[in-house]
Amino acid sequence: MIRTAVEVQPETTTPRKVVKQTLIGQRVPKLDAPDKVTGLARYLEDIKLPRMLYGKILFAGRPHARIMEIDAAAARKMPGVRAVLTAADIELVPFGFARDNTALKKGKVTCIRDEVAAVAADTPEIAAEAIRRIRVIYEDLPLVTSTAEAIAEGAPVIHEKIPDNVPYRFDYSHGDIEQGIRESDLIVEDTYTLQRVAHCCLGTAGIIAHFDASGRLTLHSLTQVPFSYKNDLSRIIGLPAERIRVIQPTIGGAFGSKLDIHPFEPICVFLARATRRPVQIAFTREEEFLATPTRQPMVIHLRSGARKDGTFTFRDVRMTLDNGGRTSWGATTPWISMRTFSSLYRVPHVRQHVDVVYTNNVYSCAFRGYGNPQATFALESQIDDLAHRLGLDPLEIRLKNAQKPGETTGQGMVLGTCGLADCLKAAARNAAWDVKHSPPQKQRTGRVRGMGMASLFHVGGGAKIQRSDGCGTILKIDDFGGVTILTGASDIGQGSETVIAQIVAEELGLPLSNIRVMNNDSDLKPWDVGVHASRTTFIAGNSAQRAAREARRKLLEAAGKYLKRDPRQLDLTNGNVTDCATGEPLESIAKVLRAMHFGGNHEMIMTSDFYEPPSEMPDSDHKGDISACYAFGTHVAEVEVDLETGVVRVLGISAAHDVGRVINRLGIEGQIEGGIAQGIGYALYEELKVHGGRVLNSTFTDYKLPTTREIPELKLEFIETNDPAGPHGAKGVAEAPLVPVAPAIANAIFNATGVRIRELPMTPERVLASLKEAQNAECGGGHG
Amino acid sequence: MPQATELLDLAFTVNGEPVQLAVSPFSSLLDVLRENLELTGAKRGCGEGECGACSVLLNGKVVNSCLVLAAECAGADVLTIEGLTRAERLHPLQEAFVQHGAVQCGYCTPGMVMAAYGLLLENPSPSEAEVCRALEGNLCRCTGYRKIIDAVLAATNGGPPHD
Repeated sequence: MIRTAVEVQPETTTPRKVVKQTLIGQRVPKLDAPDKVTGLARYLEDIKLPRMLYGKILFAGRPHARIMEIDAAAARKMPGVRAVLTAADIELVPFGFARDNTALKKGKVTCIRDEVAAVAADTPEIAAEAIRRIRVIYEDLPLVTSTAEAIAEGAPVIHEKIPDNVPYRFDYSHGDIEQGIRESDLIVEDTYTLQRVAHCCLGTAGIIAHFDASGRLTLHSLTQVPFSYKNDLSRIIGLPAERIRVIQPTIGGAFGSKLDIHPFEPICVFLARATRRPVQIAFTREEEFLATPTRQPMVIHLRSGARKDGTFTFRDVRMTLDNGGRTSWGATTPWISMRTFSSLYRVPHVRQHVDVVYTNNVYSCAFRGYGNPQATFALESQIDDLAHRLGLDPLEIRLKNAQKPGETTGQGMVLGTCGLADCLKAAARNAAWDVKHSPPQKQRTGRVRGMGMASLFHVGGGAKIQRSDGCGTILKIDDFGGVTILTGASDIGQGSETVIAQIVAEELGLPLSNIRVMNNDSDLKPWDVGVHASRTTFIAGNSAQRAAREARRKLLEAAGKYLKRDPRQLDLTNGNVTDCATGEPLESIAKVLRAMHFGGNHEMIMTSDFYEPPSEMPDSDHKGDISACYAFGTHVAEVEVDLETGVVRVLGISAAHDVGRVINRLGIEGQIEGGIAQGIGYALYEELKVHGGRVLNSTFTDYKLPTTREIPELKLEFIETNDPAGPHGAKGVAEAPLVPVAPAIANAIFNATGVRIRELPMTPERVLASLKEAQNAECGGGHG
Repeated sequence: MPQATELLDLAFTVNGEPVQLAVSPFSSLLDVLRENLELTGAKRGCGEGECGACSVLLNGKVVNSCLVLAAECAGADVLTIEGLTRAERLHPLQEAFVQHGAVQCGYCTPGMVMAAYGLLLENPSPSEAEVCRALEGNLCRCTGYRKIIDAVLAATNGGPPHD
């Protein structure tokens, strides 16, 4: 368990030195774990309010069609049905990143998941039956099922305001591509294709909306961004934001899927408003697959060069992103992919053009890594190719181009601390790279093994994409030494609550059991931009530390008065005020607090802080020091490929991450192990198949997630660069571990077979086809 | 909608206590646990037996309670996650999940713990491969499973799963 006790060193040491035990870096079980292992934690579907109704949505089920008529009379007549809404019944306020979405759809639908009508009823069964009784007459429109079709001459227009089907274009450059080309001894050019994957949160999406008698709205919402959510929702439903309270119940996974406001949320509010009763909408698994957004499918055309010695010269990127039929914040994932192309390793000349393209596919949104897994797959695959063609070791070429601390990247990001080279070395060392990485084998049958690596670059100190990237903390200490922290930071299962409690306990010398973290009620907690961009440990941690330091200062000052000692000679340890020099306990902290409260000055300790990171918003050229620090990591994958079946088995992953400093070893290991598993799914198994705009695999039977059987041997190493801006030196880590997994595996497959696969997922079918193609090419080329 | 006249009488044991209910012939065991008995520890992750979040023990065997008709449970002995905790103390397996960091969002956790408990009843000292095989029907999207496997193995080393 956690120890905060003073440890006194043996008498022989003179002068007697006190070693204070620290909570930082220890293996601290999550504070919410006992409730979760006993089934006590309450998720959305576990909450029932008195007189609560059940909402259900009618999805179009057609990818592109005009709505000719909606007949909801039969549904309205059903006993137990309390409200039926179509677009005609509500005010349609456009929302979403491109303002191209509405709660219910009028005129036409642009993807199968478009919401056409909604019902609130006494039971989920009645609501489902009522939905079945709504008749909609559609007139199908010509379909756009791929980005290539969407940008072709004469393509059907999906949204009239965007006649070319390209709602967003991004251009970035630094240096001079032509010069980079001239300086190159080798240029490689290829296309990389990334599939559509689903978040697969085990807890499906849902919401409860209810109005009190004064018309104030309370939501039980799973949002990752409660404050911007209030703001967006306020506009959509026409209710001032100060009359909206957002309570986040225990959240069964998010991974970016809850970064946007989704149509089902205002729909639920409209149902609650129409019925004047609480309404819950909870998605089934099928609805979750069909009607929650996915990661962006991308086609990335990458050309890059290097000198003979492996020095990178340039990167030229063209990227097309399948936006689907509506636009979420996910349309801005190019902002992050851009940072990888510009700044993963040193590269003087970079140019990138991105088209975000409408199709009639289900639409995409944020997903752990935010465009970075796609970019890193293309880039790290191609770096491996450059190394191979130059006859260089993949480790050597990466080390040669790895930045050093203090460098500024071409995109203007200042790498104060940078553990990239150490990550490369550590991941390689722990994987026994020197011994195991050898040239591709010539074997034609049986199983072959190989090893590959890939690194990552990501924000580690928040991402200032809006004018504030801050977080607030309110802290109070009661008469007994119990601390309540109100933090803006939302917890989606990742364990920020525990990290924040550790940071505060560390400052105040109180046991972790004295600390309570309240983080799920917008009426109580101070502002925070949201749980995204791997920012919470860094940003909320800094804010919590600053609030705790102020509380510590007040406590020591009061203790000084009470004990008639100079506060500078006092410390707080294990629930006591102690003597700095000897570690001797002088009085309990609780007693000092009571003396403050009931004694002469009648004071209580309440502090607050709002922390805004020292980062800057990018300029119009996308340049700028967007994060207070940056995260790096390297993964080495070892795989075994069955040449006859195409089955790839990951035998081991060695991961080294520059995390600044470990705060909770148990939590950070969990983040990295979980990221690796999601990365393995992305690399080998997962694809939400969409054909003709329709989803073909909307069940866990048909959508393959990694299970216990697919988890390889893991070796983790933390590179502690102690970033001066981080709380105790910590950087963010959350998204990072997913990012380099797929290219590390693809590079390992290349090392095993000599075949490079540039499309995910690398299913047995695809691997086998690639092996056969390579064999045929070899035979045809006369080298057989 | 099923009418009141269609309800079936059901008598069974849940977490050691006898229970008598009138249930719809269409209700799953999961429905009855969650709706009638307010035992919401078992989760509905998919409703079709693929994710394991609703795992409970039925006569000592792990089942996906979403696939079991409640009416089939007459006379049966059902153990849910709520029945694993005795006298406010975590079961050693639950304690192992806490201490080994086997919990993140927690939605899969009750099912995962019950699946592991069922394994340990049958095989008190499973190998790592046996743990992986027993839990392969329980999906987790957060942890990457490593710490779950470690927790189950640690609980094994800590002795049999019984109180």
